[in-house]
Amino acid sequence: MMGGAGAASAFAIFVAACGDDDDGGARGSSAQTETEKEMSARGDLAIVQYALTLEHLETDFYNAVIDAGVITDKALAETAMMIRDNEQEHVDALTATVKKLGGTPEKPMTNFDAVLEGGPDMVLETAATVENLGAAAYLGQAGRIQSKEILAAALAIHSVEGRHAAALNQVVGKTIVPDGAFAKPASMEEVLPKVKPFLV
Amino acid sequence: MFDVPGLTRQSFILRGALATGAVYGSGAVGPFVRKAIAQEGGGDVEILNFALTLEYLETAYYTQALKQVGGLSGDVKSLATEIRNNEAEHVDALRQTIADLGGTPVKAPGVDFGGAFASEKSFLKLAQTLEDTGVSAYNGAAPAIESTEVLGAAGSIVQVEARHAAAIRSLNGNPISDGGFDKSLEVQAVLDAVKPFVKS
Repeated sequence: MMGGAGAASAFAIFVAACGDDDDGGARGSSAQTETEKEMSARGDLAIVQYALTLEHLETDFYNAVIDAGVITDKALAETAMMIRDNEQEHVDALTATVKKLGGTPEKPMTNFDAVLEGGPDMVLETAATVENLGAAAYLGQAGRIQSKEILAAALAIHSVEGRHAAALNQVVGKTIVPDGAFAKPASMEEVLPKVKPFLV
Repeated sequence: MFDVPGLTRQSFILRGALATGAVYGSGAVGPFVRKAIAQEGGGDVEILNFALTLEYLETAYYTQALKQVGGLSGDVKSLATEIRNNEAEHVDALRQTIADLGGTPVKAPGVDFGGAFASEKSFLKLAQTLEDTGVSAYNGAAPAIESTEVLGAAGSIVQVEARHAAAIRSLNGNPISDGGFDKSLEVQAVLDAVKPFVKS
């Protein structure tokens, strides 16, 4: 269970991002004065903030793993560093996009102690799980993004997460295509419970 | 489960892969799907036929490789088989989706992959190029897609192509990605890239 202001504020990021999931939701009279463009930007901002949160999670995860020196295999350790570098690029790009959309970039507090304590096998399994989840999360949002420019950026990141997922699946002995020929999307509602354990 | 007249198993699977109702709107699912999609044909059909051409190419590549490349290692043979099967499913699904949209699927082109099948090494080298090009092609074309469902389908496929690309790159001893963002290519650039292999 979550507890404390830290967990509540991390959770709040997701609630805010999920708030625009339901297009039929009541928005109150302020929505009547908003132009379509403002509404699109607001929706996109929520999605970009959501993606940024996930990227922070991934970056923190790989940094924690690298700092702890849990992965002793040299080639594997290099792969982890390369993936971390990719995720950091994602963080940087999405942070800039949040600001461009007039938002304030947020960073969740994370904790991966339980994973690290599980040793290299648990670390690699978690990495694989997180990457597959991240790819599904991006796929789940693609159809909701209004701006073509942001969609292009999201797609450019989405396929890289797919690469990460496949590589890590290979490492842990799973199929590179767990969903078969067509990857499945995941909604914010599906993603949140799976990342909550890592949010402080 | 819903019953939509005229849908084959392949396009049903394609939709199933992207149809978490919460994301794409459960109002689009059911008897109205066919009508909704038929109204959104046009530009999307062209894009899907472009994708179909690439999928034909890839399917032929792996099918021929499995027959012609001597001394394929167990791992490579396994991966090539998996990939070939995925690409064949992509072909079927794209053909059906184009038909559902009221379009005419292009026919499979004649192909010639030159010396690519001379060795496992040359096979894997061109495989990497084809998969990476496929990712860039889908990412380049996707923002122009009008239908949310078709976009979801493209996203669902491109993620799998990216997974293929990473697995091939791993076998080649190459980094699984070139940085944090996959490049996108314009249609003409893609067609130029694959022209050497297309006869007729």
